[in-house]
Amino acid sequence: MHDSQAVTVMEHEAHNPALVHQFSDEKQQKNAASLGMWLFLVTEIMFFGGMFCAYLIYRLTYFNAFAAGSQQLNIWLGATNTAVLIVSSVTVVLAVKAAEAGKRKLLVGYLVVTVLLGMTFLVIKGFEYKEKFEKHHVPGSTFNFTEKFDDNGKQIPVNSKEAELFFSLYFVMTGMHAIHMIIGCVLFTGLAILAWKGHYTSSYFTPIENGGLYWHLVDIIWIYLFPLLYLISRHS
Amino acid sequence: MSKFLPLWPDQASTMASQVDALYIYLLLVSGIMTAVIFLAVAILAIKYRRVPGRDAHPIEGSMILEIGWTVLPFFVMLTFFVWGAVLFFQERTPPADATEVYVVAKQWMWKIEHMEGQREINELHVPTGENIKLIMTSQDVIHSFFIPAFRVKQDVLPGRYTTLWFKATKPGTYHLFCAEYCGTNHSGMGGDIVVMEPQDYAQWMAGGPALPLQDTGRALFAQLGCATCHRSDAQGRGPSLVGVYNSQVQLEDGRNVTADDNYLRESILDPSAKIVKGFNPVMNSFQGIVSEEQLNALVAYVKSLSEPPTGTAGLQDQPAPSPAQPQKAQVQ
Amino acid sequence: MASTAIPANQAPVAPKLNYLNNGHTLKSWLLTTDHKRIAILYLISVSAFFFLGGFFAMLIRLELLTPEGDLLAADTYNKVFTMHGIVMVFFFLVPVVPAILGNFLIPLMVGAKDLAFPRINLLSWYLYVIGGILFLHCMLNGGVDTGWTFYTPYSTSASNTNVVEAGLAIFIAGFSSIFTGLNFIVTVHRMRAPGLTWDRLPLFVWSNYATSVVMILGTPVIAITMVLVIAERTLHLGIFDPRLGGDPVLFQHLFWFYSHPAVYIMILPSMGVISELVACFSRKRVFGYKFVALSSVAIAIFGFLVWAHHLFVAGISLYAAMVFSFLSFIVGVPSAVKVFNWTATLYKGSVSFATPMLYAFGFIGLFTIGGLTGLILATIGIDVHVTDTYFVVAHFHYVMVGGVLMGYLGGLHFWWPKISGRMYPEGWAKLSALFVFVGFNLTFFPQFILGYVGMPRRYWQYPPEFQVLNVLSTAGASVLAVGYLLPMIYLLWSLRYGPIAEANPWGAAGLEWQTTSPPPTFNFDETPVVTWEAYNYDEIPAPKELEAPVAR
Repeated sequence: MHDSQAVTVMEHEAHNPALVHQFSDEKQQKNAASLGMWLFLVTEIMFFGGMFCAYLIYRLTYFNAFAAGSQQLNIWLGATNTAVLIVSSVTVVLAVKAAEAGKRKLLVGYLVVTVLLGMTFLVIKGFEYKEKFEKHHVPGSTFNFTEKFDDNGKQIPVNSKEAELFFSLYFVMTGMHAIHMIIGCVLFTGLAILAWKGHYTSSYFTPIENGGLYWHLVDIIWIYLFPLLYLISRHS
Repeated sequence: MSKFLPLWPDQASTMASQVDALYIYLLLVSGIMTAVIFLAVAILAIKYRRVPGRDAHPIEGSMILEIGWTVLPFFVMLTFFVWGAVLFFQERTPPADATEVYVVAKQWMWKIEHMEGQREINELHVPTGENIKLIMTSQDVIHSFFIPAFRVKQDVLPGRYTTLWFKATKPGTYHLFCAEYCGTNHSGMGGDIVVMEPQDYAQWMAGGPALPLQDTGRALFAQLGCATCHRSDAQGRGPSLVGVYNSQVQLEDGRNVTADDNYLRESILDPSAKIVKGFNPVMNSFQGIVSEEQLNALVAYVKSLSEPPTGTAGLQDQPAPSPAQPQKAQVQ
Repeated sequence: MASTAIPANQAPVAPKLNYLNNGHTLKSWLLTTDHKRIAILYLISVSAFFFLGGFFAMLIRLELLTPEGDLLAADTYNKVFTMHGIVMVFFFLVPVVPAILGNFLIPLMVGAKDLAFPRINLLSWYLYVIGGILFLHCMLNGGVDTGWTFYTPYSTSASNTNVVEAGLAIFIAGFSSIFTGLNFIVTVHRMRAPGLTWDRLPLFVWSNYATSVVMILGTPVIAITMVLVIAERTLHLGIFDPRLGGDPVLFQHLFWFYSHPAVYIMILPSMGVISELVACFSRKRVFGYKFVALSSVAIAIFGFLVWAHHLFVAGISLYAAMVFSFLSFIVGVPSAVKVFNWTATLYKGSVSFATPMLYAFGFIGLFTIGGLTGLILATIGIDVHVTDTYFVVAHFHYVMVGGVLMGYLGGLHFWWPKISGRMYPEGWAKLSALFVFVGFNLTFFPQFILGYVGMPRRYWQYPPEFQVLNVLSTAGASVLAVGYLLPMIYLLWSLRYGPIAEANPWGAAGLEWQTTSPPPTFNFDETPVVTWEAYNYDEIPAPKELEAPVAR
């Protein structure tokens, strides 16, 4: 057609069955998958960001009520859950390392432990929610908040509606987080099964890495949630 | 303007001609810009239409042109911005001497109450030549108070006051529209703004028996027991309200706020939100106990306690604040 | 099989195996991972929603022929304009150029075999369809009447229509958008053919890339906003309800934080189309290529900083309003830069007037008007008067219909031979373009006047003096409708009876024209290696015919 016509390039055959047709080599595929996952994590941050934004605005406006609500949360269960998630992120890292080293059984082991830790988190959360229900701190017709804001010994009564707003945001934020944890557990169960079946080798373990990225994000979101929700005005 | 093909709204307020002036400027600039682009495209397309044997001339670009047509429009836009901002500042800054009128919006009507106590539904009578400030709230969803002839509009929100001001210039009847979609009868939630010469307005105002808004408020103040705690002799469990309106109030948590209309309203509906320094949070909320109109009356009454004593009804049963008291919120 | 002249009245057969005839079963279409087939799936579903939205528009304009509400009940009218908005915004304008033209062309334009994640691409179509079906169900169940903007507390406590279902439909459709954007970004970053550097990319790719960034950053925010509305409505939470301590204006901030960038999601890809059309039909590179490319990025970034210009009279502070007004002017600058560069491209070009170019001219004119009226709205002193009136309605229809839709139609006609292997009938296409241009202006220009004289939007009934302008507008809408129906008919007709198109009937630059019309399933027989700059029209001979070529 013209001088700058496309020059042909010979394709190299895909040797790795994991290589999909649209990519020319494994490196490109891995980079693409990685970039895709990071972009997805950005969307998750924006998603939670909306809730964090609403929370921060209301906390500034209704500080006393929010502090009172926060003081009523079970800080021990919350802290335990934080520790559980941090440990689970460690097991995720170890799983990725095991995959990299080609150690199938170790990989499966770490994946399973991660899922168990995730479920532990959810169970503890369940106990927390139950406690909220018993104390009548669930927003709605059963809501009844009579506790005060303990400001360094001074007991300040707070507006019940504002406290209800705190709990509304608490449930929406931790609930959305819990949904993401459930998805994570399902995802990692799937990864564990595929790993058991030998789908991942030391040269191809991209899904483990990317799954790990997802888990770390859900963990980091909790690391922000915990102090924001549980630690307002907690003095000794 | 033609009654069946209106091309321009009436100008019936001081703001209208100013808004129109800016609008005409914008239309002119936009018109010129549009004409320039249309002509340029037409002329270039025809002049350089495809002719066999004449090829296109590849041109990369021109830094000078790029800078020019970035910077020049930007400066033109700056004029739009500055003029618009100045105008907006005037639109949003009611004069201090403005006569207040309370407006309560609800699905699907406007309830208006003049300070003199005159009530109107879907109608607002105003005199020419007087600054009028509307203090508005909604009973349910968001509405918007829009008078095209005055070039004013402000959303009316539930849970707080918003304000709008104007000075009418031309007697006549003008449209009032609701401009924020609010449900079934949004388009039926209109009314009339009736502008009258001052003497006609005074006549209209005197036409019906009415209790001044602040007197209604004073009666409520007593009836609801507010006076028990909010004594003017600073002996009560609540701060004295004499002179509080628009003063600086120091709060328990250290903040310093201005006691404006929204502050007064919030103090009645959500007293624990802002506790005055030196007082305890013992006041119960009146949310659900007072209607929006009653709230307006109470607020009007409290505001009247900040007016200089003129011997009018509002201050008769409140001793004047002693000169020794500092002009800030009363402290125990 | 000989490839000499085929008589036009015989049903021609495309000689090679291409993406269209590579598998005829329903399964091969519904489970395809071929980006071109997915683009066709989107073409069908998005077009269906366009006509649904258009049907609602017709009802609106018919009702507004008379001042009284005499065609529909007030509640019905409120539902109709709400659903017109929801369908047109979320199910038409957001996906139309990226999901149809973008999906089809981006892998071709970058020299790739497919997008980075073909199965996610298919998933994004299914999410669109599921969201769409949910919305249809909502509509059939009584619809929703909150306005497409869902302002609280009306949507959370006062409306008794299917708000939750509509919100859920939008939530799901939003993920369709997110996955499309994600796919595009990764494809452009990681899958460009050898030699195809960023500064050699077609401007269509640049603008879809910028769009994709906005999609992934903005769409999650509308998702969480809808979640909060649904939660509030079902669980009576009070996040936006002042009676429960909430703030209705907070909803508006969250809503517009996405919905303003959303309009840039809509216009940027269309602007990319215009760049391609102006270049091809002037037979030269777009003037100021770098500036046009970077202006897309600038629009994407600044587009995130202006959302509160929708809240000037909503109760925000004076100072916030001034800041957002200033920023709104800034975002207008890169758009103006594009218009100037397109115009300058015509200079010393070799301009022809095929239908795609007519749409491009229409875009330039109408987008200029729409954009300038946007500046008028950004001028806060004026906005107080014209916001929430028909002035705003006119403004956004100028940029959305006069802008996005014209760009789309121009692109659809331009790439039709590539997509279908057939040429459309040029005479009918030109006539339709004329109907669209005339009909559009007659419909929406009177609305600028209506707005300034004070007719508010979302009005089922109006004072009698506004009738003449409304009648003009409805008359225009009927002409416009014809302009949209005609392409439906002749494009479908062309699939069977249109002349077979060659690989590059326009003599256009771009890798998509270096493969057959229609392309094979894997796009290129061999991966191209790019050694030339974008829009190398000085090296490409013009097609023999001045306008629409026919089969040889």
